[in-house]
Amino acid sequence: MFDFLIHGFGVALTPLNLGLAFLGALLGTLFGALPGIGPINGIAILMPLAYTLGLPAESALILLASVYTGSEYGGRMSSILLNVPGDAGAVMTTLDGHPLAKKGLAGPALGLSAVSSFVGATIAIIGLTLFAPLLAQVAIMFGPAEFFALMVFAFSSMAVMMGKDPIKTAIGAVLGVMVAMVGVDSGTGVLRYTFGMAELYDGIDFVVMIIGLFAISEILLMLEHANRQDVDDEMPPLGRVMISLKELAYCKWTMLRCGVIGFIVGVLPGTGASIGGAVSYTTEKRISDKDGSFGTGNMRGLAAPEAANNASAAGSFVPMLTLGIPGSGTTAVLLGALMLYNITPGPMLFSERPEVAGGLIASLYIGNIMLLALNLPLAGLFARVLTIPRWVLVPSIAILAFVGIFQLHSDLTAIYLMLIIGIFGYLLRKLGFSLAPIILGYVLGGLMENNLRRALAISGGDLGILWQSGISLGLWIAAAALLVLPWLLPKLWQARTSKA
Amino acid sequence: MKFNSMLRHWSSLLLLSGVLATGTTYAQSEAPECIAPAKPGGGYDLTCRLAANALQKTGLIEQPMMVSYMPGGIGAVAYNHVNGVRNADPNLIVAASTGAAVNLALGKFGQYDVDDVRWLGALGADYGAIVVKADAPWQNLDQLMKDLQTKPGQIVFGAGGTVGSQDWMKAALTAKAADISPRDLRYVAFEGGGESMAALLGGHIQVFTGDLSELRSHLESGKIRVLAALSEERMGGPYAEIPTAAEQGYDVQWPIWRGYYMGPDVSDKAYQEWVNKLQTLSKKEKFAELRKARGLFPMSRFGYDFENYVKGQVAQFKELAEEVGLKQ
Repeated sequence: MFDFLIHGFGVALTPLNLGLAFLGALLGTLFGALPGIGPINGIAILMPLAYTLGLPAESALILLASVYTGSEYGGRMSSILLNVPGDAGAVMTTLDGHPLAKKGLAGPALGLSAVSSFVGATIAIIGLTLFAPLLAQVAIMFGPAEFFALMVFAFSSMAVMMGKDPIKTAIGAVLGVMVAMVGVDSGTGVLRYTFGMAELYDGIDFVVMIIGLFAISEILLMLEHANRQDVDDEMPPLGRVMISLKELAYCKWTMLRCGVIGFIVGVLPGTGASIGGAVSYTTEKRISDKDGSFGTGNMRGLAAPEAANNASAAGSFVPMLTLGIPGSGTTAVLLGALMLYNITPGPMLFSERPEVAGGLIASLYIGNIMLLALNLPLAGLFARVLTIPRWVLVPSIAILAFVGIFQLHSDLTAIYLMLIIGIFGYLLRKLGFSLAPIILGYVLGGLMENNLRRALAISGGDLGILWQSGISLGLWIAAAALLVLPWLLPKLWQARTSKA
Repeated sequence: MKFNSMLRHWSSLLLLSGVLATGTTYAQSEAPECIAPAKPGGGYDLTCRLAANALQKTGLIEQPMMVSYMPGGIGAVAYNHVNGVRNADPNLIVAASTGAAVNLALGKFGQYDVDDVRWLGALGADYGAIVVKADAPWQNLDQLMKDLQTKPGQIVFGAGGTVGSQDWMKAALTAKAADISPRDLRYVAFEGGGESMAALLGGHIQVFTGDLSELRSHLESGKIRVLAALSEERMGGPYAEIPTAAEQGYDVQWPIWRGYYMGPDVSDKAYQEWVNKLQTLSKKEKFAELRKARGLFPMSRFGYDFENYVKGQVAQFKELAEEVGLKQ
C-alpha cells in the first residue's frame, strides 16, 4: 500500500530534487515573509521558469510545492513583527503574534511559530499519506448546501472571535462581503457593480485587496509617523529565538489540535490556509482562553493559526492529488503546473505516475525538516528585514506592492484599485477597525453566496436543502452553539453556584 | 553583513519582478508575443504555450515567443487592449476560444464586436461531453432526454461556468435538442470543471456538461459514464467507446476551439505571414505530438476560413442568447 511512498523517497532523495526542495524552502520562506508576495505569486513566477529549464515533472512539482509550504512558514514573520500578514494564511497570526512582539517576546514568538508550523505540517503530511484516498470520499460529500453551512459556521466563529467591538467586527465583515459582490455574478453571468469597466468583470482580485488593505495602509501609517520619533518606531527587540520546553509544553495540545483542524479544513475543496487559520484560532480561543488573554499576546493564540495554516497547506494536496480538485487557490496554480506537464491528477495518479505522487509527498517530509532547520536559527536573519531603516523599507514595500500588482495584472486599473483600497484601509484603521474581519468577509462572503445559490439552484428554490444532510445539520448546530454558549454558559454556571 | 545579505535578497527580488513587469513594454520589439487573456495556468495559457513551444521547436520563429498574461473580464480586457492600444502590432497574437465567441455574442466585450479583430486561426479543439455518474439510471443519451422531457425540474445539470457561458451553452443546446426550453433547465454554475466533477461524483448534480479531454483520467476510474460526445464523429484512443450525440439522434455539437486573433490594423502582409506560419505548423508531425500532449484534438482552420467560422458561431450564439433572454 505504501509502495508509492518508498518509491517516492527514492525520487525525492536524488541530489537534484534535494537541492530543489531546499531552494524552494528558502525562496518560499522569503516569499511568505515579504508582505504582498504570497505563495501564489511565488509559484506563478517560478512555474514558467521551471518548465523552460526543462526540469522533469516531479522535480518541478517538488520545487513548487516546497515554495508553497515554505511560504506558510515565512508568512508568520511579518505578521508577528510588522502586524502585516505575509500571506493570506497568516492573517490570524497577527492577532497574538504582534502583541507578543510588542511585549518584547518577538524571538520566542518566531521560535514558537516555527515549531508550531513544523508540528502542524507534520501532522498533515502524515494524514496526507495515510488518508489521501479515504479523505477524498469525505470531501466529496461536501456539496453546495454543506459548504454554505460551513460558511455560516465560519461567520459565527468570526462573530465571537474579535469580541472587543462586535459592531465594528460586523461592519468590517459586511464591507468585505460587499467587495466580494463586485464582478460577474457566478450564477447568472450578470455584471454587478462594474460600472461598465471590463477590468472589474472578474471582481476585485484577492492580491489587490490584500496588498491595498494591508501593505498600502501600512505604508500610509508609517508615513504619518515619519516625522515623529515615537517609541513605536523601533523594531520590537527580538530576544532569544529559541523557545523553552515550558512554552512548548504549554502549547503542545494546541499545536496537535489545530494541526488536525487545519488538515481537515485543508482537505475540503476551496478552503485553504486562511480559513484553516481562522477556524482553528476561534476553536482554540473557545477551548483554552480562560482569562481572555487571546488577542493580547497569548502563546497558544499564536501556535493555533500557525499549526493550522501549515496543516491546511499540506491538506489541500489531498483533493488535488486524488481528485484533481484544488483544495486552495495555491493548489489551483499547482494544478496548472501539472497540466503543463500533461499529468492528469486524479484517482489514477498514484498507480500511473507513482514517481510524481510519491515524490511529491516524500519531498514534503524532507522539505518540512529543512524548513524547521532554516526557520529556527535563521529566524533572526529573516527578522532583520525590520532593522532596515524606514527610508529604505517604505519605498521598498511600495515598489514591491506596485510591481507585484502590475506584474500580475499588466494593467494600471489594478494599481489604482489597490491605492483606493489602501486609503480606505488606512481610514478604517484610524477609526479603530480591525482589518481581519474585512478580509475574511471578503473571502468567505463570495464562497457563501456562490454555494447558497448553487444549493438553491439544485433544489429549485427550496430552502430545506440547506439542512437536509447530516453534515450540514451538524454544522448548523455547531454554529448556533458557538453563538449561544458564550452567553449561556456563564448564566448556567451562575445559576448553579447561586443555588449551592 | 547580515544586513547586507538581506538587502541583496530584496534587490534581487525587485530585479526579478522588475524584469517580469517590464515585459509588456518590451514586447513592442521584434520578439513575437502571445497574450493569454487570463491568469497563468488556465486554458488560454495552454493555448499560448502550444503556439510558443511548437513554433520554436519546429524552427518557424527565430526568437522565442513570449507569453504574457492579461486577465480581466473573461478576455474583455485583452480584447479592448488589442483594439485600443496595440491595434497594429505585427508581432502580437492573442489566445481565444469558443468562450470568447460566446462573450462576444453576449455583448460582454463592451463596444467591440467580432469584426473588430483579425481572426488568425485555430490549432486544436476539445469537444463537449455529457457525463453522468456510473450508477445513474441512464445508459444512453436517449434515456436521459426522455426523462428530461417528463420531469425537467428533477434533473440538475452543472458545469464550470455561469449561465450564458460556453459551459452553460452545452447544457442549453442539449435541452433544446430535447425540445425543452433552456429556461426550464435546472443549471448550477461551478467554478471550473474540477468542482463540477466533484459535485457529480458527490451526487449533488446529476448531469455534468464537461469537456472530453478533462475526462480522460476519470474514464479509467469507472466512476462516471459518458453518455455522448458533442463532436462531429467519434474520437479515437481512450474515447473510442463514446458515441456522439448525433449517432443517438440528437443534433448537438460543441467544439471548443483554441485559436488566436490579431489587432484590427495589422497589415495584410503580417497577417498572411502568421496564417502561413500556423498552417505550416499544423502539418508538422512534431506539432501533432505537442497538441496531443495538451489533450487537444486536431482542428485546422486558418485565415478567412477561420474568420467566417467565428463570425458564424457568434451569430448562432446571439440567436440562442436572444431566445433565452440573455442578451444585454
